[in-house]
Amino acid sequence: MNLRERQWVIGGIILLISLIFIGRLVQLQLGPSAWKDYAARITEEREIIDPARGLILDRSGQILLTNIPSYDLLFTPRQARLAGGLDTLGFSQTIGLDAERLIQELARADAYASYRPSTILKQIPNEEYAQFSGELWRFPGVQSKRRPIRTNTGGYASHLLGEYRETDREDLESQQGYHLGDYKGKSGLELQWEGRLRGKRGLKYHLVDVRNDFREPLSNGAFDSLPVEGENVTTTLDLDLQAYGEQLMGNKRGAIVAIDPSTGEVLAMVSAPSYSTDFLSGKNRGTHYAEMLKDPAKPLFNRTMRATYRPGSIFKMIQGLIALDEGVITTDSRIFCNREIIGCHGNHSLDNLEQAIVHSCNPYFHEVMKRMVQTGKSNNIFQDASDGLARWSPRIKQFGLGTDLGGHLPGLRSGSVPDTTLYNRMYGDKRWAYSTIYSISIGEGELLTTPVHMANLASIMANRGWFITPHTVLDIGGKGKPASLDSLVQTGVNPSAFAPIIQAMQEVVESAEGTGIQAQVPGITVCGKTGTVQDGDRETHSVFMAFAPKDNPRIALSVYVENAGSGGDWAAPIASLMMEQFLNGSVTQKEKEQRILRATYPFSEQ
Amino acid sequence: MRRTQSIGQRIDWLTLSIIGILMLIGWLNVASATAGASPVDWFDWGSKQGKQLIWILICSVLAIVILNIEGEFFIRTSILHYVINVALLLAVLVIGKKVGGARSWFGFGSISIQPSEFAKPSAALLLAWLLSRGDGKLRNMKTLLQSLAIVGIPAALTLLQPDAGTTLVFGGLIFALYREGLSGNVLIAGFCALLVTIASILTGASMLDYPLIGSQSAVGLLWMIFVTVGLLVWQLIPNMVVPRNRKRVKRTALISLAASILLSAGVHTGLEQLPRHQRERVQVLFGLDVSNPDADYNIRHAKAAIGSGGLSGKGFLNGPMTAYGFVPEQETDFIFCTVGEEWGFLGSVVVILLFTVLLLRILALAERQRSDFTRVYAYGVVSILFMHYLINVGMVLGLAPVIGIPLPFFSAGGSSLMGFTLLVFILLRLDAERFSVLR
Repeated sequence: MNLRERQWVIGGIILLISLIFIGRLVQLQLGPSAWKDYAARITEEREIIDPARGLILDRSGQILLTNIPSYDLLFTPRQARLAGGLDTLGFSQTIGLDAERLIQELARADAYASYRPSTILKQIPNEEYAQFSGELWRFPGVQSKRRPIRTNTGGYASHLLGEYRETDREDLESQQGYHLGDYKGKSGLELQWEGRLRGKRGLKYHLVDVRNDFREPLSNGAFDSLPVEGENVTTTLDLDLQAYGEQLMGNKRGAIVAIDPSTGEVLAMVSAPSYSTDFLSGKNRGTHYAEMLKDPAKPLFNRTMRATYRPGSIFKMIQGLIALDEGVITTDSRIFCNREIIGCHGNHSLDNLEQAIVHSCNPYFHEVMKRMVQTGKSNNIFQDASDGLARWSPRIKQFGLGTDLGGHLPGLRSGSVPDTTLYNRMYGDKRWAYSTIYSISIGEGELLTTPVHMANLASIMANRGWFITPHTVLDIGGKGKPASLDSLVQTGVNPSAFAPIIQAMQEVVESAEGTGIQAQVPGITVCGKTGTVQDGDRETHSVFMAFAPKDNPRIALSVYVENAGSGGDWAAPIASLMMEQFLNGSVTQKEKEQRILRATYPFSEQ
Repeated sequence: MRRTQSIGQRIDWLTLSIIGILMLIGWLNVASATAGASPVDWFDWGSKQGKQLIWILICSVLAIVILNIEGEFFIRTSILHYVINVALLLAVLVIGKKVGGARSWFGFGSISIQPSEFAKPSAALLLAWLLSRGDGKLRNMKTLLQSLAIVGIPAALTLLQPDAGTTLVFGGLIFALYREGLSGNVLIAGFCALLVTIASILTGASMLDYPLIGSQSAVGLLWMIFVTVGLLVWQLIPNMVVPRNRKRVKRTALISLAASILLSAGVHTGLEQLPRHQRERVQVLFGLDVSNPDADYNIRHAKAAIGSGGLSGKGFLNGPMTAYGFVPEQETDFIFCTVGEEWGFLGSVVVILLFTVLLLRILALAERQRSDFTRVYAYGVVSILFMHYLINVGMVLGLAPVIGIPLPFFSAGGSSLMGFTLLVFILLRLDAERFSVLR
C-alpha cells in the first residue's frame, strides 16, 4: 500500500471512533430512561410537610388530644463516610442510646440506602432533645426532623380516643396514601375520624447537592403543594364528668356510660382500669404495651363497648313494658311469688308490676314472659314457644339490645338477644319450649348486653319510649355534627306503659326498702334500677342504671363495678355521684365519695 | 507573489474557527460547571471560568506570536525544544508537587504548570525533524529505533509520575509513524493486544472449578486456549500457504502465541499489583462486580449526568448534576458531562462533530504538504489530539477506564490549553508557509 493511502486508514479510525461515541450517546441519552431516573433520584429530594393533625376536644372545647413537638433522628451513611466516619460511641453517649442498639440501627440505615437519610431514633421528647441538640453537629450524617406527637393532655378517655401509631404493612398496602413511617389512628375516635383528622400532606421538591443538602426548589416549586391541616373533632364528652368518673373508678374494674337522653350524646365513657394514650406512643410503646397485655386487670380492654354482661334484674323493666303493651298484664295484675318455679328474695308474695320491679320478683316475670311466649295458640308446646319467641325477640331488639345501636360507636359489640334461630341451633328444631329457656325472663341465660346498651336503655326510660342512636361527636371542623349521627329510634311501646315502670324506678331509689337508695341525689328525683350479675364463683358484678331528673331528664347512665357485690352497694352510689356532678357541677355527698374513692378491687375485704 | 500575502490570508481559517468555537463552548461549560447554584460571575478572575478566560486571552496572544515566527525557527530549535522538555519532565519527578498521588506539576505560588503538556508538541517536532532528514524513512532500523526513542523517553517519564493518560498520548504517535512507513502489522498487533488484554481482565476476575486443582482464576483456562490454538495454527498453517513462506509464518505464529501468553500473564499479574482504586476502575469498566459501592461512583455519575440530558438537554446553567457537585473534576476531565447534561444529545453530537472535523481537517492539511517536516508534524498533531479525544470522551461515556486527561481546548486548565495552542498553531504557521518555503 502506498504510504499516502494510509491517511484513509487513520481518517477511518477517527470516523469509526466518532461513530461509536455517537452510538453511545444515543444509547445513554435517547435510550431507556434509566439514567434519567437515576439522575433524578440522586439530585431530587422530596420533603414531606406533615399537616397538623386535628385536635380532639370535649363538648366545651377543652382539649383531650393535642400535638406536641418531638424529634426524630435521621442518619445518612454516605455523608458520614465522606466526612471520615461517625464516632459511634460518642454518639451513643450523647443521645443516650445503648451502643449496641445504635450500631444495629446504623447498619439498618446502611442497608436501606447509603445516600438517603433513614430514621434511627423516633419521637424524642422536646426536653430530651434540647439536652443534646447542640452537640449534633459533631456527628456527620446525622440530622433531626421535627415530628409532632399525639398527647393526651389529661390522660382521660383513652379507650374511646384510641391509638395513634405508626402505620403497619396493611396500612401501607391499603392505597390510602400512607407512606413508611407515617402515623395514623389505629382504633377509637382516632381511627373512626382518621379521614377528617389527618389533613393532607404537603410536598416540597428540592434539588440537592452531593451532600444531600437542599439547594433550590425543583422547577421553582411547580410540583409543590401546601399541607392542609386536619380538622378538629369536638366530642360530646363532658371532660369534667369523664374525669370524675375515672377518678371514682380508680383501682376498680368496670365501666360507666352516661348519655344525654334528649340527644343521644355520650357524656362520659369510663372503662376501668384505664391508661393514658401517651403510654402507647413514643419510644416506650413496646414496653408499656407488653406490660398492659399481661396485666390480669386487662387495662387495654374497653369495657364500655367490648365487655358483655347479662342484664339481670334490669331486664325486668323491658319485660314489664312489653307485657303491658301486649296486654298480657295490666298495671294492677298481681302474680303469686311462686318460689317453687324459680328462686326469689325478700319478703313479698303477691306483687303488682310496680312492686315486682321494686322487689325484683323473679316468679312474677317468669309468669309474665310465659304469657307472651307460651300462649297456647298452638297445640304443640314446642311450636307454641317458637312462635311466641319469634314475636318477643324483635320487640326486645327495638330497645337496641343485640344491635350496634346505629353503629356510631367504634368497636361497640352488639351483645345478644336470643331468638328462635339460636335455640334451634342450641337444642334442635322443635326441641325446646318456654320451660327450656325461661331464664331469659329475668335477664339471665343467653342475654348479653354492654354497658352502652344499658345506658341507652336508661335513655329510653328517660324519654318514655324512644332513643337517639348514641354518638360521641358534636362537631367536626366547625361544620357541625355529621347528619347521619342523629337518628331517632322508636321502641314501639305505648308511652303510657312507662308510667308504672318509672314509678317503680323512682321507688327503687326513694322507698325505704328500695335496693337503690344509695343512688339518691339531694334535691333531685332519681329513677334507677339495680342489677346483680353472676360471675361464676367470684363475687357478683354490681350494676346500676338510672336517669335524672325524673321530669325532663338530662342524664341517663349505667354503672358496672366488677366483682363488687350487689347493685345497690357500689354501682348505685357511683351513679349518684356522677349524676350530682353533672347536674349540679359539684358534689356535696363527701362521705359517699370518700367511701367510693377508698374502695379497691377486689372488694371482698371491704 | 505569494510571499507578499500576509499570514492572515494564508492561514487555514477552518481549523482556526473550530478551535475558536471549541474554546468558546468549552469556556461556557467551564463557567456552568464552576458556578454551581449561584449565578455566573463572568468576570470574576479568581473563579475557574475567569482564570480560563485569562488563559484563553494569553493563548490568543501566544497564537499570534507563533503565527508570526518563521517556521524554520521551530525546525531548527526542535532538538533544543525536546531536550529542555525532557529535562523538565525529569525535574518534575524530583521537585514537582504531589497532587492526587502523582508528581506532574510544578507549583509556582498559585500557578501550577504541567510540563508534560509542553512535551507533546516537542516530541512531535523532533519526530518530524528526524523523519524529514535525508532519507530518514522508517525503512532503516536505526531511524525506527530513534523514532521510538523520541516517543518512548517522554512516555516513560510521564509513566513514572505516574500519569498513564499522557503516556498513552505519546503512544498515539504510533499513528504518525504508521503513516511514515511503520508496518501496518503494528496497528493490528496493537488491536490484538487490546483484545487479549480485555479477555485477560474478564477471565481474571472470574473463578472456575478445575478438575483436580479446584477453584482457580479462569485466566488459566484462557492460557490453555492460547496454547491449543497456537499449536493447531502451528500444525495447520504450514500446509496451506506457499511453501517458501512457511518458515516466516511459523515464526510469526510462534511469536504471536508467546506474546499473547506473556501479555495475558502480564495483565493478570499487573492488575493484581495495581492499587485497589485503579484495579476497581478497570473492573467497573468491564461491568465486573466490585464490592466497594463507591468504586464506580465517578463513572456512574458521569453517565447519569449525560444520560439525564436527553435529546436537547436541561439548558445552559440548568443541570443539577453539574451545579451541585455530583460529577467530580467537572470543569476539567469530566467537562463533557456538562455538555451532555445541559445541551443534551444535540449539543454532544455537535461537540463530537467539531472534534471529528478538526481531526480530519488537520489530516487533510498534513496530506497537502510538500514539506516532509510539516506532514510528519501534522500527523503528530492529529495523533496527540485524537488520543486526547479518544481517551477523554471514551472515559466519560464509560467506554474507557477512568484516565484523567483533558479534552483539548475545552477543559479548564492553563497548561493544557497552552500546550495545545503551541501544538496546533505551529502547524498552522508551517501550513501557511507551504507554498513559499521549500524544505
